[in-house]
Amino acid sequence: MALLEVKNLKTSFFTDAGEVKAVNDVSFTLDRGKVLGIVGESGSGKSVTAYSVLQILAGTGKIVGGSIKFDGQELVGAGEKVMKNIRGNKISIIFQDPMTSLNPTYTIGHQLMEAILLHTDRNRKQAYDRAVEMLRLVNVNEPERRMKQYPYEFSGGMRQRVMIAMALACEPDILIADEPTTALDVTIQAQILELMGSLQKELGMAIIMITHDLGVVAQICDEVIVMYAGSICEQGTADEIFYNPCHEYTKGLLRSIPSADTAGRKLQPITGTPIDLLNMPKGCPFAPRCNFAMKICINHCAERMLINKDHAAACWMNVKHGIQNGEIEIESEESTEEKKEGGESVG
Amino acid sequence: MAENKPIIEVKDLKEYFYINTGMFRSKPLKAVDGVSFSINKGETLGLVGESGCGKTTVGRTLLHLYKPTSGEIWYDGKQIKSRSDIKEFRKKATMVFQDPYSSLNPRMTVSDIIGEPLDVHGLCKSKQERQDRILELMGYVGLNSEHAARYAHEFSGGQRQRIGIARSLAVNPDFIVCDEPVSALDVSIQAQVINMFDDLQEKLGLTYLFIAHDLLVVRHISDRIAVMYLGKMVELAPAAEIYDKPLHPYSKSLLSAVPIPDPKIARANQRIALSGDIPSPLNAPSGCPFRTRCKYATEKCAEAMPDFNEVSKGHFVACHRVAEIN
Repeated sequence: MALLEVKNLKTSFFTDAGEVKAVNDVSFTLDRGKVLGIVGESGSGKSVTAYSVLQILAGTGKIVGGSIKFDGQELVGAGEKVMKNIRGNKISIIFQDPMTSLNPTYTIGHQLMEAILLHTDRNRKQAYDRAVEMLRLVNVNEPERRMKQYPYEFSGGMRQRVMIAMALACEPDILIADEPTTALDVTIQAQILELMGSLQKELGMAIIMITHDLGVVAQICDEVIVMYAGSICEQGTADEIFYNPCHEYTKGLLRSIPSADTAGRKLQPITGTPIDLLNMPKGCPFAPRCNFAMKICINHCAERMLINKDHAAACWMNVKHGIQNGEIEIESEESTEEKKEGGESVG
Repeated sequence: MAENKPIIEVKDLKEYFYINTGMFRSKPLKAVDGVSFSINKGETLGLVGESGCGKTTVGRTLLHLYKPTSGEIWYDGKQIKSRSDIKEFRKKATMVFQDPYSSLNPRMTVSDIIGEPLDVHGLCKSKQERQDRILELMGYVGLNSEHAARYAHEFSGGQRQRIGIARSLAVNPDFIVCDEPVSALDVSIQAQVINMFDDLQEKLGLTYLFIAHDLLVVRHISDRIAVMYLGKMVELAPAAEIYDKPLHPYSKSLLSAVPIPDPKIARANQRIALSGDIPSPLNAPSGCPFRTRCKYATEKCAEAMPDFNEVSKGHFVACHRVAEIN
């Protein structure tokens, strides 16, 4: 059984301007010891997906449908009491900005011990020892001295290490990392990613890595979800996503990254601007920016279609290719429509 | 393309900020400490380094947004010294800022934002001329004429950055300092803006100083790249060369830390790890600033800052042991 099973998750924010469907029908599973990457641009719903799992949405946000099962236990509608036991204990999170996610008025030691005392049966002495042990684990020098210091005495990279120590102190089964290295320099980013990778192997936990950086994904993720405008457009193993992308948005993203080969040449950007979530189009949300948009894309959003056992995408182009290559047979006009409507699997 | 005539020359530029450490005491923060380089006409020089290394300060001091503590700045064979020099220089050299959200005045319409440099320098004689010029500039960056009467908040990040670029082009400059112009943008928009910088350079013969921390972006756009560490320039070389064979130990580890968006390469990639964090520029190490994190450091490195030597044609490195370790 999968450790985390998210099915048809829908999360909306109810604003004065109307309902914003930030997460729209998202499903995925996460197995023990795996690293899942969620990639997307700002506003694609990648962070909201993670916040929905922990139910730490802002006041106007609400899960409006779907189910989230952790270790077989349903979390949607489970109530605050159950969630308190899950957060920090079974599933913990590290945020993007290490500068603002620590309380400046308490020592590092106090903040680390707070999490441990809250979630475990340890007494203060044991909690202190555990906190020191955790700091040592994330390569903070002289942990005993550091325990007495305040966040302002730490650099960005060190603070992010403290955040990781805090998140891992209760040995969670899942660590959600929301852009953990975006605010850091590349050399520090490399240190943190390496640390997360080695801790993940050592402690056997699963990681959900939320990022917009495909380089980070390539380095650490086993599986990848690509999101656009609140929906999953493609999901699969890292190799499948990078070497066999099957959604026009993923292809566009990969093409638009500068590399050694593009020096002195033009990049191939995705045209247009990101979508306004208050005015979602009827069909595929990416259709207005897609160079290959067909009639069907404008009216009907493609459903998830299996490319192979490790890979699924929601793009009509796969059906078109399937028909052209003779992998999908067409008997009559009507049955084609049916097949398209049903989102028949390809290949 | 680039000609072999320097349009910008910087000689031993220093910019110290004085930080109060007590009632009547202050201490210099050496943000830029003796940097020299030149940029040829039509060329793009990329400037990279970690946060706090002084790359933004170089860009700002170059345009006299900060008064240089010492050093010389030459533009087109003429040293920029007096106030009138600076005023003339600013008609030829402009800047694009990092954050498209805070660098545009929310109370001004797009046409006022783009028109402001024209008014400041008195470049348009009539209202009609001003309006035509604004529309021409908006055309350069892919904005429509109906955008002219709108306010900045009505635009997305990518479009705001286009407005900022149009403003920097208003005075018809030769040289633009681009300070992290794409780092606040999403990947799909980033590529659009980078292409626009390319097109404008071709069309208007611009010269860029391109400051960024995203090394993939810098490699794509630059002809030559300079690496800075704690206020000093440690390496300067043609773009392809510095990526293929960096010589300074800091450049090596910086470049190996870049995550490559390709899983097979990323798994095989051997990172040259750096221990510890960048030291505070208030207490910079003696001699070579990188010696505290460098595995090749010797006593000599603590004693003196190595010279910025040309080791092969166009490839400059500041390292005592560059010959031994490569």
